[in-house]
Amino acid sequence: MLLHTVNKSPFEKNSLVSCLEHAADGSAVLLIEDGVYGALKGSALADKVKGAMGKTTIYALGPDLEARGIADKVMDGIKVVDYAGFVDLATENDKVQAWL
Amino acid sequence: MSEGTKKFLYVNRKAPYGTIYALESLEVVLIGAAFEQDVQLLFMDDGVFQIAKGQDTKGIENKNFSPTYSALGDYEVTKMYVSKESLEERGLTVDDLMPLTYEDEDDDWAEKDSIILVNKDEIAALMEEQDVVLSF
Repeated sequence: MLLHTVNKSPFEKNSLVSCLEHAADGSAVLLIEDGVYGALKGSALADKVKGAMGKTTIYALGPDLEARGIADKVMDGIKVVDYAGFVDLATENDKVQAWL
Repeated sequence: MSEGTKKFLYVNRKAPYGTIYALESLEVVLIGAAFEQDVQLLFMDDGVFQIAKGQDTKGIENKNFSPTYSALGDYEVTKMYVSKESLEERGLTVDDLMPLTYEDEDDDWAEKDSIILVNKDEIAALMEEQDVVLSF
């Protein structure tokens, strides 16, 4: 399967929405850098992200959440990983598609 | 305010860390304040994330510059406007922001809030009343 990474804020660019719309069933989506804002609970985008959880597994990089002060505001169902978890995801999947 | 003082509004619309805009804005704000200009900050769109509470950048090995916003009161930067709509869109409230205050020398150094919540119409009016608008 494919690992999708998203590193742009979903409030500024449509990278996350486009990624979620084009990710195949069973693929993994990892939010990194400003992409982690897509993990915020209660945001205008939260329903869209929740809606994608059935078909894709959504991860967020912990150190990027902590840097931005939102580690305690992550919506249920998103799995928080550290850098080692990032490496695991990259090796478990066949290839990486980076949504810039 | 003395002659030669202008009203400056710094418009902050980017999240911190992902790009250099937020840090660069802060540098220029400090320069403006050092030249005793009438400096005001506006945080809107992703800019509201710049003053989110509890930022901890140890894990990404970046400098955490968020404490600097708390020090701006000492440089007579006492007005930090924050877009209500931008907070709401991001599922945030004012309680999710760092407490930003200043000591009012005209009121026996009483500690007062620097954060002023504003809506779209108030932001439009705020921009109109400036001499200089700097966008980051």
